Amino acid sequence: MFEDGSILNQLLVERLNYFIYVVLLLIGLWAMIAKNNLIKKLIGMSIFQTAIILFYVSIGVKKGATIPIYLPEHDPHGSNLVTDSNSTELTAHGPQVLEASLVSGYTNPLPHVLMLTAIVVGVATLGLALSVCLRIYRGYGTAEEDELLEKLEREDARNTGGLTRRRPRSRRPNRNKATNNQSKRSASFESSKSQSPKNKNRRPSNSKPKVGSSSGSEPTENNKPKPRRRPRKLSARKPGENKS
Amino acid sequence: MGLELFNTLILSLLVVVAILSLWVRDLVVSAAVFAIYSFLMCLLWAEMGAVDVAFTEATVGAGVSTVILIATVFNLKRKAKD
Amino acid sequence: MKRAALILVLLIGLLLSWAAKDFPSWGNPQAPASSSPVSSHFIASTGVDTEVPNMVTAVLADYRGFDTMFETVVVFIAGLAVVSILRGGPTRRTRDRKFVVDFEPDLIVTNTVRLIVPVIQIFAFYVLAHGHVSPGGGFQGGVAMGASFILIALSWDLKTALNRFSIDRCFTVAALGIIIYAGIGLLSMVLGGEFLDYAHLSQVLPVSPEMARYHAMLGVEIGVGFTVTAIMFALYASLSTDGRMQDGL
Repeated sequence: MFEDGSILNQLLVERLNYFIYVVLLLIGLWAMIAKNNLIKKLIGMSIFQTAIILFYVSIGVKKGATIPIYLPEHDPHGSNLVTDSNSTELTAHGPQVLEASLVSGYTNPLPHVLMLTAIVVGVATLGLALSVCLRIYRGYGTAEEDELLEKLEREDARNTGGLTRRRPRSRRPNRNKATNNQSKRSASFESSKSQSPKNKNRRPSNSKPKVGSSSGSEPTENNKPKPRRRPRKLSARKPGENKS
Repeated sequence: MGLELFNTLILSLLVVVAILSLWVRDLVVSAAVFAIYSFLMCLLWAEMGAVDVAFTEATVGAGVSTVILIATVFNLKRKAKD
Repeated sequence: MKRAALILVLLIGLLLSWAAKDFPSWGNPQAPASSSPVSSHFIASTGVDTEVPNMVTAVLADYRGFDTMFETVVVFIAGLAVVSILRGGPTRRTRDRKFVVDFEPDLIVTNTVRLIVPVIQIFAFYVLAHGHVSPGGGFQGGVAMGASFILIALSWDLKTALNRFSIDRCFTVAALGIIIYAGIGLLSMVLGGEFLDYAHLSQVLPVSPEMARYHAMLGVEIGVGFTVTAIMFALYASLSTDGRMQDGL
């Protein structure tokens, strides 16, 4: 199974580092797609990013090479020159272009430079994404994707319903805007809570048109007079108005 | 064997820590584990000879990004659903 | 949804692992990235061109100066965006504020931080100024400097830190960093070279063209350090208080 030349040997023994970069990248990608929490998604994004940076840095590695800072004997800086007792040899140690054999003794600096700036920009973009998360939380009260999608869909439903419903009522155009925030939160109460005992107590006459109130959340929405602050009161009121 | 033992150990630890930081429900713990991930990454880079990148990752990845993650979680709900 | 994501991700993984067999093996000096003429040139002649022993700093601040300058601008814009996204907007509901930090700063913590912060800041200056001959540079020194302010904010409270380094001052300093960077570039352009061609600064500095590049790199790194310091602290201050800049973490 692990004999020379087989694909598994290629992948898991000789090129284990690439395999692990791929695994890290996939962990990050999967978290970005499938995780529910927005902060978890951002951690996944950072893992994705570091996997790519790791790949870049590792292709600059040379076996047996030192870090990309000149050794003292190659050091071009004047104050660090190797000075023998007689300083006549000083010019021999001045800045000089390294030969090809010495070049392979230093790690490749180019990927390091590219990735160094990428890390710093990465934390800046992470901060930007986190601020967008905070803003979403401020607007919707949640950082979970499914709850967020639910709220967005509910809001969309309210808005499209609101267009057909509110157009004939042009007397109060400014109320639409003012109650928009309220309506997205109240949407769930419309049909489910209309028969709560509290409403019955407040308006005892609605025990009769129960059928109308439970099945008719759509029609009553269409001809209800104006948006209310309290959805519960609104739906409790509808049957009475229909009756009259 | 293409890699040394040290690299192999850290690379496999990286995968474990990455999964752990996504698996934990508590977001503060998640951020702390992510700091460990960054620090392991920093060790790996120092071993690869990329000292500048390792230095940057130690200050930015393990330092500031953990702090701003925790500062954000402070304003959000701490528990995640998954 | 999750299963579809898993299948997609595994498919991508299969493709990438399939591609992995074409990559060079670990640490191969003959790998294309290592044997390319560009990186060989950087290794061979950085010392002659700039007299900077740390090749990474030289490539970062000199050969690839444009790249670093606009990365700094990206950091600046990100900080600006964070503050302006979080400032204003809909007011948060009061029920979200479950915990209000209201306590006296701890004596032991504050005194320890009082001792540590100067050391951190001097170390940050060292990292910034010594980045030519050892690992370090503007980004690392700037982040360490910003971390010292974050430490003050954590141990006392954000108000104490903002008294020393307010958000307005943050953006002034960040913009000043970019101005320093671009100013050095412009100065070399005025002196007859191209933008960010530091060798021409030897006309105003009493050194050789190579040493002029060395010193201009230091100036550029200081600019980067200013921007990164300010933006890191502004990021923390905005994110920990949700943009209100008071009673945060």
